[in-house]
Amino acid sequence: MTARAATAPPPPPGARPRHPQLNAEGKLTHLLTLEGLPAEAIEGILDAAEPFVSIGEREVKKVPLLRGKTIFNLFFESSTRTRTTFEIAAKRLSADVVNLNIGVSSTSKGETLLDTIDNLCAMNADVFVVRHGQSGAPHLIARHLVATGRHHVHVINAGDGRHAHPSQGLLDLYTIRHYKRDFRALSVVIVGDVLHSRVARSLIHGLTTLGAPDVRVVGPATLLPPFVESLGVRPFHDMRAGLDGCDVVVMLRLQSERMRGALLPSSGEYFKHYGLTAEKLARAKPDAIVMHPGPMNRGVEIDSPVADGERSVILPQVTFGIAVRMAVMSTIAGN
Amino acid sequence: MDLAIIDGRLIDPATGLDRRGGLFVRDGRIAAVGEAPAGFAPAATLDARGLVVAPGFVDLSARLREPGLEYKATLESELRAAVAGGVTSLACPPDTDPPLDEPGLVQMLRHRARLLNQAHVYPVGALTQRLAGEALTEMGELADAGCVAFSNADHPLADTQVLLRALQYAQTFGHRVWLRPQDAHLARGGVAHEGVVATRLGLPTVPAIAETVALSTIFALARETGSRVHVARLSSAGGVAMLRAAKAEGLRVTADVGVHHLHLCDVDIGWFDPQARFVPPLRGTRDREALRAALADGTIDAVCSDHAPVDDDAKLLPFAEAEPGATGLELLLPLTLQWARDAGLPLLAALDRITRRPADLLGVDAGTLRVGGPADVCVFDPDEPWRVLPPELSSQGKNSPFAGLEVVGRARWTIVGGHVVHAARR
Repeated sequence: MTARAATAPPPPPGARPRHPQLNAEGKLTHLLTLEGLPAEAIEGILDAAEPFVSIGEREVKKVPLLRGKTIFNLFFESSTRTRTTFEIAAKRLSADVVNLNIGVSSTSKGETLLDTIDNLCAMNADVFVVRHGQSGAPHLIARHLVATGRHHVHVINAGDGRHAHPSQGLLDLYTIRHYKRDFRALSVVIVGDVLHSRVARSLIHGLTTLGAPDVRVVGPATLLPPFVESLGVRPFHDMRAGLDGCDVVVMLRLQSERMRGALLPSSGEYFKHYGLTAEKLARAKPDAIVMHPGPMNRGVEIDSPVADGERSVILPQVTFGIAVRMAVMSTIAGN
Repeated sequence: MDLAIIDGRLIDPATGLDRRGGLFVRDGRIAAVGEAPAGFAPAATLDARGLVVAPGFVDLSARLREPGLEYKATLESELRAAVAGGVTSLACPPDTDPPLDEPGLVQMLRHRARLLNQAHVYPVGALTQRLAGEALTEMGELADAGCVAFSNADHPLADTQVLLRALQYAQTFGHRVWLRPQDAHLARGGVAHEGVVATRLGLPTVPAIAETVALSTIFALARETGSRVHVARLSSAGGVAMLRAAKAEGLRVTADVGVHHLHLCDVDIGWFDPQARFVPPLRGTRDREALRAALADGTIDAVCSDHAPVDDDAKLLPFAEAEPGATGLELLLPLTLQWARDAGLPLLAALDRITRRPADLLGVDAGTLRVGGPADVCVFDPDEPWRVLPPELSSQGKNSPFAGLEVVGRARWTIVGGHVVHAARR
């Protein structure tokens, strides 16, 4: 044994973080993924969202929970809807909001992702809401903030690659809980492009954590990830069999670029097999609800009469989405 | 200058030697093994009590980043890293900028390396011009300039007709061909092993079939042409099974594995750790165990560091954008010893995979303590624990998944051509 080995310092901080969403006290300090979060943490956010729903119905739609905080919406991938709901949520919490649509051009200008973060930290950012095309980008930012000692700055993942979209997962859970109350007796079916879907992954982790006994995914073999069973779901290729007797149907958006490769032959054939019609929905329970994260492709993954029908809760999802994002931001960064 | 290394444990896999004694060096060559020749009066004596005296290690793949990528590493830094790790001969792949597809580049590289007087550098020439997979390089000229083999580095040939012709042409003149078994189409856009981890993390994949489909093509072409082919960086259990069958059939195929793939698997990606991004990707535990067993039973011939110095900026990116690879020259010895300890193999067998066998694959006079051979020697402490601290590594590449962890086994002295080129600070 050499003296050097005996006196070697411990590994540098941040090299091997423990659960990357928790701070040294075990408190939720970032929201990066629903995977691995305790059920209590998820339920805590859903509970916190309840009173925020009514704030949206008031004359004065503001509470001072984030007064004085600066929130940067950092969108490396364009998204109008998610960015807008985060912006509204932050403003209702009285925060100052700055929207940065960085797109792909910034990388060609030479500034790296972490350079951007360092610059915005120098402007005293409190929260980064990050949308990025690469899986794991928000984790990288969170790790960088820890490594540089900026423990007071928070990251909220607003969608990273195919990996996670935890605030969408939470609003989906909120919607399901609102209409169905108890997760422990539910069959939930997710239909479509699960392979590329961060929405599906986050919802699956949330449902399995909250005890939903039966989660199914439906799609052709080209759009279901290999080993998808390892996430705790049952795969189906036949949509009618997959919908049989379910309580909740979640339709995923089919990106138009999926048609250009060899994943699918055409949107018409996709609709024939996996588009949600009244006829297919008849296989679900009579009181089953229909959800969609938006924006919808009518006639591709969902038929208009179903999207606008009485079992559709697609618009309430949007309303709940703002309340849930208020709950996320106030839980993580509240005064 | 005469040099004596005394009282060490001499191990030479090429001759089966494993005994206590001295090693005596004269005029850059090994003059005697065991007892000193009559009248031998060394100018310097190294006391190797408690240490192993072995042939300097031979590494089948170490990127030196010259020419063109000096911001990542230089010959100075990487050859210092080589001898600090006990590596006295190394092959460098052609994926430089420009690639090693011109004799002049190869001559310059060898000239620069010779002036530094550290480890011997054996360039691997580009198999196709610009590594573009279309037109063959002037293999004869490149071999004359010093290339010991030809490969397309990490740019597998998509065009099987080009591959067939490359094998036929190389065979005509007896050139060695090294191929990375990866189907270009199945691997397109992938960054992680297709398995539970990639599914969870939503990472695009390089499935194991990208390797087995490529191997079936390579072995079919080897069978057709009778070519000798070396398969570089095997990564999957399926690939190991195919290699075993190909050898049993009598095909003239050999293979190596990167040392990180003996110890890590896709689970080590954790939460998107770019230090665990490799090409080929770290695969599942079943694959890792198959690689370890195949190296132990000789199906896989050699282990290499697959040294890839990467600057920090290139690692501080989202997983899929981060540059693959890790620094490896200074970890080849301890990670190989760790594998052998786990497998219950003696030191002789462990050193075999980083001395005699890779030297045979390169076709160079190295990797043995034969009397009369070049005095390229590593004297190491097989039991010395040390912590991998990136700032203390000689390599300009500080990135390693083993950073902060303790490993066992470290070079004390490295001798090249009879000269002590590395002496560990004590």
